[in-house]
Amino acid sequence: MNVRSFLLYLSALLMLGLPSPPGAGAAGGDLASLLQGLGAKSRRDVRQAITALGTLNDPAALPALEALGDRRLRVDKAGLVYIKSEDGSLRDVLSGETVELEAATLRTPRINNAIRRALRPVIAQLQLYAPDAAVRLAAAEELTKRPRPEMMDRLQAALERETEAAVRDVLAVALAQMQLQSEDQTVRLAAIRMIGESGNLGLRPQLEALVATQEDGSFAEADPEVREAAEAALASFERTQFLINSLGNLFYGASLGSVLLLAALGLGITFGLMGVINMAHGEMLMLGAYASYVVQGIFQESFPALFDWYLVVAIPAAFGVCLLTGMILERGVIRFLYGRPLETLLATWGISLVLIQSVRLIFGAQNVQVANPAWLSGGVEVLYGVVLPYSRLAILLFVALVVGLVWLILQRTRLGLQVRAVTQNRPMASCMGISANRVDMWTFGLGSGIAGLGGVALSQIGNVGPELGRLYIVDSFMVVVLGGVGNIAGTVVGALSLGLVNKLLEPVAGAVLGKIGVLIFIILFIQQRPQGLFALKGRLAES
Amino acid sequence: MIRMNDVRERTKPLTARWRSSIALIGLLAGLFTWLSAAQAAESIKVGILHSLSGTMAISETSLKDVALMAIEEINEAGGLLGRPVEPVVVDPASDWPLFAEKARELIQQEKVAVVFGCWTSVSRKSVLPVFEELNGLLFYPVQYEGEESSFNVFYTGAAPNQQAIPAVEYLMSEDGGGAERFVLLGTDYVYPRTTNKILNYFLESKGVAKADVMELYTPFGHSDYQTIVADIKKFAVGKPTAVVSTINGDSNVPFYKELANQGLKAEDIPVVAFSVGEEELRGIDTAPLVGHLAAWNYFMSVETPENQGFVEKWKAYVKKHQLPGGDKRVTNDPMEATYIGIRMWAQAVEQAGTTDVDAVRQAVGNQVVRSPSGFDITMDAKNHHLHKPVLIAEVREDGQFDIVWNTEGPIRAQAWSPFIPDSAKKVADWTYPWVCGNCTEPKFKN
Repeated sequence: MNVRSFLLYLSALLMLGLPSPPGAGAAGGDLASLLQGLGAKSRRDVRQAITALGTLNDPAALPALEALGDRRLRVDKAGLVYIKSEDGSLRDVLSGETVELEAATLRTPRINNAIRRALRPVIAQLQLYAPDAAVRLAAAEELTKRPRPEMMDRLQAALERETEAAVRDVLAVALAQMQLQSEDQTVRLAAIRMIGESGNLGLRPQLEALVATQEDGSFAEADPEVREAAEAALASFERTQFLINSLGNLFYGASLGSVLLLAALGLGITFGLMGVINMAHGEMLMLGAYASYVVQGIFQESFPALFDWYLVVAIPAAFGVCLLTGMILERGVIRFLYGRPLETLLATWGISLVLIQSVRLIFGAQNVQVANPAWLSGGVEVLYGVVLPYSRLAILLFVALVVGLVWLILQRTRLGLQVRAVTQNRPMASCMGISANRVDMWTFGLGSGIAGLGGVALSQIGNVGPELGRLYIVDSFMVVVLGGVGNIAGTVVGALSLGLVNKLLEPVAGAVLGKIGVLIFIILFIQQRPQGLFALKGRLAES
Repeated sequence: MIRMNDVRERTKPLTARWRSSIALIGLLAGLFTWLSAAQAAESIKVGILHSLSGTMAISETSLKDVALMAIEEINEAGGLLGRPVEPVVVDPASDWPLFAEKARELIQQEKVAVVFGCWTSVSRKSVLPVFEELNGLLFYPVQYEGEESSFNVFYTGAAPNQQAIPAVEYLMSEDGGGAERFVLLGTDYVYPRTTNKILNYFLESKGVAKADVMELYTPFGHSDYQTIVADIKKFAVGKPTAVVSTINGDSNVPFYKELANQGLKAEDIPVVAFSVGEEELRGIDTAPLVGHLAAWNYFMSVETPENQGFVEKWKAYVKKHQLPGGDKRVTNDPMEATYIGIRMWAQAVEQAGTTDVDAVRQAVGNQVVRSPSGFDITMDAKNHHLHKPVLIAEVREDGQFDIVWNTEGPIRAQAWSPFIPDSAKKVADWTYPWVCGNCTEPKFKN
């Protein structure tokens, strides 16, 4: 790679007739002609121009390079390049003066991954002195990823000037990587230690090269001290890697668990507390997801400026829609079937078909697109290779809120008290003056509404289609049964442990076998402990 | 022996009123059959067998639409053999056995002259015995894993050597990033498994070590790709790595969302997909996916006058029939393949002067159609596959593709992959003396 980029640079020099050695200041004429090279027809020429600009190291080239990466560069018939600025006006690449040109005659240079690969480090090296620390940090990280030997002096200079500690750390690692090839043993040892401490596992191959043996059994690296240092650094990498793997699996498990929990929490109420075998639960999730789709549509049409905040409206909307549907279902169908589980199962199955087909008729059989708001896209990298996506973090937070809310409602409100009373002993509760019918209606409505909230969350990470509920109904029942029918704490623990088991199995067995493994685990578990993780004690459980 | 007298004794004599009403019904029935027979003689029925609901509806619905567009176009030009073409649309609902039932219904009850349909390989495998038993004719428009050639099927999508192999070769080239490590990621069913088997042999032949290939599968409808994307990142440390994705259906949406969220950039680890086109990307925020690749034989962004016409025709058709999606509807490779298939069949019918399956099959071989991608596309009379150009393109911000590599012209399909030792010996050749789809020696020897 290094040899290749050096050759590229050489050929660029030859082609463009550049006499200036690396690092030498640029004459304006050279810069201008190189910038025109960015508009070349052949991608190879563009790449050579980029490499040559990197060698020139003139920050004046930065706007043009960035424009090339963002596809804002324009080329006219004569091959001269211009930058299209945010407001749509065309500007000269060097002076930044506005130019009047007909947009139709201009061409946008096509870029591909090869050009982007050449472009990133060059932009990064020019950004090392950017006023914004975040930009400098990103630049330093880019240079760590794609090192170029001729960058060493510049990194050194940048490191000396840098004031921000975070950027300094990254710059030091980038520099250390190049110093591995240094003549001076102390420099090399320091570099190895630096890399070992950084925990940047991307640099592992460089260290491994130092301890590798050649075909004849001798070490590739002659210096035993360097070898020892490299081995120590690799051992520390081993520990970091273990930490990263455990942390990653823990997060992925918790995040899958939170999704399962959101899907199953509503069922924990309708099936767990009320004992209704609710096959239409999945469709409540689906209705919640479609409610957020509709709200999204309204925001796109009417309030495009507030689009990033449509979820704030979608959450109550989904809850309301599902609450209402749940209450209608309970009053219209389910209340006639209490105590007849088989009929309830069939009736709710039928309702689920009706709901699926109605959604199909209204919204079409195809999946609909629910976009993530900008603040839910992307993620934060906590350790090398462990990225916590914002959408998953938001779901974890959201599920904690919803569980807290459900707990509050059940434990701290009048309705909650009545719900618990009715589930524990219906005739006695009625005798005490509680309208059991009304409580049933509200409980079922609450369970459905919470399923609707789950639907909003699912719409942010997966597909929204009429059959969305089918994907989650089996998992939801699994969670509730595993946790123990009849209490919410069981559902929470059941969901999180299922998520964790699934994610711990996946790296070992693969996604397909992992899923099968989880199912077998549940079958065995239920055989051993039919009452689930948390069994209810007392009269209800015994009856 | 039953004597006539007995019969007469057992049957009640009919009253005059009964008799007249039966006669009337008979007359009406006769009139009806005569009318419908007259109509059948007039129009040529064509079956369209695509899932309009279920998990594959995301991809297959637009194939139904483009097929209807092509038929409307034929009818506007005066039909075939002076007769109008009548489409018969059925919905097999992404249910593989239902595909076979519907295919039987189309051929036996509707008596269609030809069927255009299927997307997944499992649905094609399901209808194959029906077409072979009833001597029907199927045009299959989607890229697939190869290892098949049927007397009753014409394959207008790409075989592996027209899509998968060139794509991997591109990834290994300097422009593609010089990948030395590969992640083969797919949905768990016949197409990804077979394609990855071929790719494994191919990579081995190119000197890629076993340790540098990671094969991963997920179930249909999988939606949690966190672990997989993290694993890909870990696997990629040390050598340039690329991902070859054969994920099918709506799982692609969570997969690409996860790629974007975890910041896996195309410059670092490019992902090339074989089942993701303009239609699948519609509606996903593609800004973080810029630079990821797809390999097809057609892209909506192909700059040819033929394609300009095709896209305009499609847009006008969508507008005229007010199809859902409106002006956001796009064209893609399987749609082009469907369109080519219908044009080719129509030409063959005109040439044969009949819609008889055997005659039309004979005429489809070596038929040439000018495709929207701007090439003269030939149907191979021997293996029933199209000669197609290969295009590799990168995703753009607007959900369209930038073509970064293409073959000079159409290349011939290899129905049997030369990289799998068992398949390498097999020959698909429906002309004399072979007359066989999977033989190692000709059927006829003098």
